[in-house]
Amino acid sequence: MHLDHPETMPQRHTHSAEPLRADGTRRALRVGLGGPVGSGKTASVAALCRTLREGWSIAVVTNDIYTREDAEYLLREAVLPPERITAVETGACPHTAIRDDISANLEAVEHLEETLRPLDLVLIESGGDNLTATFSKGLVDQQIFVIDVSSGDDIPRKGGPGITTADLLLINKTDLAPHVGADLATMATDAKRQRGDLPVIFTSLTSDDGIRDVADWITAHLTEWHHKAAA
Amino acid sequence: MRHSPHPRQPQRTRHHAPAATQRRPVPPPTPAHRQKPRQGRDHRRDERPLGGDRLTIDVTAGDRAALEVTTAAATLALRGPTTAPATYDVRLTVGEHASLRWLPQPLISAADSNLRQTCTVELASTARLLLREEQLLGRANEDPGHLVSRLLVHRAGRPLLDQQTAYGDPEPGWDGPAILHGHRAVGQLLLVDPQMSMRRSPILLRPRSREGCAVLAPLAGGPALLATAVAPTSSTLRELLDEALTHALGQ
Amino acid sequence: MSRAALLLLADGRFPAGGHAHSGGIEAAIAHQAVHDTDSLQTFCRGRLHTTGLTTAGLAAAAAAGVNPLLLDDAADARTPAPALRAVARRLGRQMMRAARATFPSKDLERLAAARPQGAHQPIVLGLAARAAGLTPLDAAYAAAYENASGPATAAVRLLSLDPLDASSLLAHLSTDLDAVATAAARAADRATAEGVDALPSASSPLLDITGEQHAAWTVRLFAS
Repeated sequence: MHLDHPETMPQRHTHSAEPLRADGTRRALRVGLGGPVGSGKTASVAALCRTLREGWSIAVVTNDIYTREDAEYLLREAVLPPERITAVETGACPHTAIRDDISANLEAVEHLEETLRPLDLVLIESGGDNLTATFSKGLVDQQIFVIDVSSGDDIPRKGGPGITTADLLLINKTDLAPHVGADLATMATDAKRQRGDLPVIFTSLTSDDGIRDVADWITAHLTEWHHKAAA
Repeated sequence: MRHSPHPRQPQRTRHHAPAATQRRPVPPPTPAHRQKPRQGRDHRRDERPLGGDRLTIDVTAGDRAALEVTTAAATLALRGPTTAPATYDVRLTVGEHASLRWLPQPLISAADSNLRQTCTVELASTARLLLREEQLLGRANEDPGHLVSRLLVHRAGRPLLDQQTAYGDPEPGWDGPAILHGHRAVGQLLLVDPQMSMRRSPILLRPRSREGCAVLAPLAGGPALLATAVAPTSSTLRELLDEALTHALGQ
Repeated sequence: MSRAALLLLADGRFPAGGHAHSGGIEAAIAHQAVHDTDSLQTFCRGRLHTTGLTTAGLAAAAAAGVNPLLLDDAADARTPAPALRAVARRLGRQMMRAARATFPSKDLERLAAARPQGAHQPIVLGLAARAAGLTPLDAAYAAAYENASGPATAAVRLLSLDPLDASSLLAHLSTDLDAVATAAARAADRATAEGVDALPSASSPLLDITGEQHAAWTVRLFAS
């Protein structure tokens, strides 16, 4: 099946993530979610959609390693109507599609912008990758790196661009810490050392409203983005 | 399939008025079927394009005419007295509100033959066309000759379809996984009909088969569907193209 | 401008979306038609002399100044599979984005305005080459090289081939690349006088069929 929509693709006036559309209005805020396989990126996206969809117009772009799994999960969970979810194929290189050659993702985002106006927020989920994967600033305005406790409490210490530079580090599955022998305090200390003042959120998405702090963080950025637009 | 009539003398040529014009006099197809003087060998004694031969067929379905052209048996390209390629050029012209069905039997590229074939079609904007081309690469247990074939279709003066294929040695990779992958029968079916609904999705025929497959899909430049098929044998190829035609006609 | 612009255009890292496309090799591998370096080489060679020649001709003609809108129609006529047309236009849009940022030119702006849904990729490539001051032959080389290197690179990922073997097979295709690029540039030169019918229309039935089949898969790694 074709995942793009060539029939309706508008003329491009921007080369990448310029904040204004051709008509001078401010485009949607773009937030990337990256991180290793199984850390909870798709679950985070689903939870964010459920929490934020009442107040904001949202769309999602997924970058599955093997096409459409994540997009179909989101469709199955009905977190958004189908026209608000787009999958991008990544040719077995998910990090390339969000960092080195972002053209397919930009197309997907711009298509959503054109068809779903007005759009406030686009969440771009990377394919599960390794600790070096980060989003290009040409594609996203803010990026969240998602890791989880059960993959080892030494991940923050190991660092890597995702851990050290993401605008928000989300450490998921804290409920599993006692079962896997993970030391949350050590993780927090290591994260602080790697990231300085950049924020870190510990959560368990399986708990009630486990996404709340992340949603609040995004809401703050959305509000700021809109203030800039109004200015 | 062994005998081949001369391709300039289709065995059956029918002219009949299109239904929409039956109540008034039908202009004659002008010219309905014109043959160009042949250059070289006397075609009445030699019914097959040989090395060095130059054959041309010119068929015009004039405005509002309906014409069907078939051949009774395959055309066989054979090795000739020279290694120079034979040429076989078909020019089809279909006028306004005219219809042409061009359904020749397959062209067989026999061992050591060398044929350049062109089929050039000029369609008026309201013309209808059904065209089938089938190529068999070699007779039984025989390597094919060298066959280069171009199909060029213009509709209302704009290119609708332009495809050249080249099979047999010395064409690079012709039998490999990007081109034929061992298949020995290849063909196309083109249906152009301005009254056809064009919001059609491609149809895949036998996509999981190793014994031939085809796709039927709309072209970009007009109300046209093209089926492309590859198969190990001529009979499977014909089955696929017949199946494609059934889909194309919406049956 | 500098000949070095050709290296930039032909570099697989030029951010124009090509990395997500396999040039038909994902389908060929699924059909077990390609399974090792030898069969990959035969595939790349056959593709180069068919669709590679055709795309190189379109790119060279665009670089030679042939009307890009007529070339876009010619590309449609040479691409009967809708899935492959969609891919060519999608890659054309992505190439346009990269080309406008890299080699800004009025020609590119005009084509972007006339074909907001994307022109066929080799035409955009040819116009980018023209904007960079490159020759039609240069544009043909870039298109032909990309035609062969795309599936070779994808096959390394899909079959876990030794990347050195893939580089070696591309080196073995050098004379084929020379021949294809030269023929494409000659045809482009003819097309400036005779029109787009003078351009190559070499095609492959299997690439058209499997290209459409691949587009119908629900699970795949590459977009084409």
